[in-house]
Amino acid sequence: MATLDNDYLKYPERSYGMDHDRYEWAMLHDRKPITWPNEKKIALWVNVSLQFFPINQQGIPFKVPGGMTKPYPDLRHYSLRDYGNRVGVYRFFKALDQFNITPTFAINTRLAERYPYLLGTVKERGNEILCHGYHMDKLHYGGQDIIEEQELVKRSLDTLRELSGQDIKGWISPAKNESENTPDILAANGITYFSDWVNDDMPYEFKTKNGNLTAMPLATELDDFFIILNNLHSAEDWAHQVEDAFEFLLKETETNGGRLLSLNIHPWVLGQPHRIKYLEQVLEKLSNHNAVWSASASDILDVWKAQK
Amino acid sequence: MKEDPGYYDYWPYENRPRIQWPNGAKIAFWVAPNIEFYELNPPNNPYRKPWPQPNPALPGYTSRDWGNRVGHIRQMNLLEKYGIRGSISLSTALCDHHPEIIELCKERHWEFFSHGIYNTRYTYGMTESQERDMIKDSIETIYKHTGQKCAGYLAPALSHSENTLDLFAEVGTELFGDEAGYYSCDLFHDDQPTPIHLKSGKKFVSIPYSLEMNDTIAYLVQKTTPRRYGKELMDNFDRLYAEGAESGTIMCIPTHNYQVSNAHRIKAYEEALEYITGHPDVWVTTGKEIAQYFMDNYYDTVLADIETKNKKYGNA
Repeated sequence: MATLDNDYLKYPERSYGMDHDRYEWAMLHDRKPITWPNEKKIALWVNVSLQFFPINQQGIPFKVPGGMTKPYPDLRHYSLRDYGNRVGVYRFFKALDQFNITPTFAINTRLAERYPYLLGTVKERGNEILCHGYHMDKLHYGGQDIIEEQELVKRSLDTLRELSGQDIKGWISPAKNESENTPDILAANGITYFSDWVNDDMPYEFKTKNGNLTAMPLATELDDFFIILNNLHSAEDWAHQVEDAFEFLLKETETNGGRLLSLNIHPWVLGQPHRIKYLEQVLEKLSNHNAVWSASASDILDVWKAQK
Repeated sequence: MKEDPGYYDYWPYENRPRIQWPNGAKIAFWVAPNIEFYELNPPNNPYRKPWPQPNPALPGYTSRDWGNRVGHIRQMNLLEKYGIRGSISLSTALCDHHPEIIELCKERHWEFFSHGIYNTRYTYGMTESQERDMIKDSIETIYKHTGQKCAGYLAPALSHSENTLDLFAEVGTELFGDEAGYYSCDLFHDDQPTPIHLKSGKKFVSIPYSLEMNDTIAYLVQKTTPRRYGKELMDNFDRLYAEGAESGTIMCIPTHNYQVSNAHRIKAYEEALEYITGHPDVWVTTGKEIAQYFMDNYYDTVLADIETKNKKYGNA
């Protein structure tokens, strides 16, 4: 058996706080309680991820979760993802409107380029748009050439800002994956908040070389793709988990101030005919509850920033 | 390499001597929260990759960090509510990184046992002296920060060598005599404690720490739904409680704050804890207390029974 160098038993970062300098170590429990508008207890952030998975996937440096898995041309995964942008998302629009939910839309820039009708529909709705990277196969990753990544971020943001007419402030990397430079590059390109770090239930300050960002939690654990296609639970099980999470968070607000329930949903997952009912049930339950404030990520963050 | 690690003898699960836990309890119930620190940029180990993506591997790292920032308090409050002291499987570097968590557990008289330094540093490839140093560092760190003489060990990320149990016991003796290094959570062969053979002949036991009830195995490997996991915990308890009338059993729930404390999972966990602790003949305890009680009262009886049973049809 090959043996290890003695450096393997050295721990250069073994000291108080984190093993990096991106944010301060702080338990949520010890932070100042936040009050949402109109004495609401739970801020509900519903984020719809609108994604383009190219069929000529390069998989650098890995195959994106949810991407192509078969030899080229993987028509089955390509078209099943595309289903979300053609059919599922229109079911989403109806459900969101029926229950008076304010969503945000995290859009791959390449999708905005390819489907002007879909982008136009989102623009007309007036909902906030976040940039979800260029497309699902353009990953940000450790060891990525910094110039290449700078160009990728700039192109993704410049194009989406131009096409959407919105001054995009929010970012979610494809697969929530980053290089060591991603937060610095985002801050240099006018991003003020991002959702790649799933290490908290409330927003927090995140340091970059180009000023602070706000890390805005978007739970992977309640993501429909994660629960239904990674964990292989039913859509009904997804709904149970959201309900249980909501009940628990609501209880926690009795002693800890306002909480955030973030739901990241994908039209190619919950937009299927056999699943949409469970999304509707969840939205109905949440919208009928008087403790819930449904708002865009930016509106939630504005309230948080004023009180932090 | 050996075909059998050689730590214990065959001991059939029938007609065993009757173990009775304190106050006639049929089952010893303990919860082992793993309080871990995973590194953002761990060094390479030729035998195991810490993260599937190149560093910085956000998906795994950030979810573990969530456990410390958000999840810990949730589980701690819950255990307190049901009168359970945690037996912490500790990445001992967490004493340096997050002493606040250590203080909260100390105030509640929880047990700390060693789970290595970081959960991203594996035993694979370590020389005997490197592994000895790593284990010694971990026991010394626990003592320095908590005053506790570490009784138990669960190898970091369940990465073992052929020497792991021997080294843990030997380092425990070297530092604190018989007061440290006497139980292991690394073996999953039984629902009752087992005397373990070590090179040194030190009195040492394996205490059941269930992988099957481990939340990370349930959620990440089996991909169980939270409500189903809660049901499995209750089913596991029901059977062990019933069998405990014949000879005392052990139920352990090993947990991870980044799994079980999620808002969508903690309710199912609470229901199980409420159910289990609501039964009369349950000894709600810690890993160390079980090991001590067994060694003080049943160790020799069990050794004799193992010997008798192995003679019944002749030795292998």
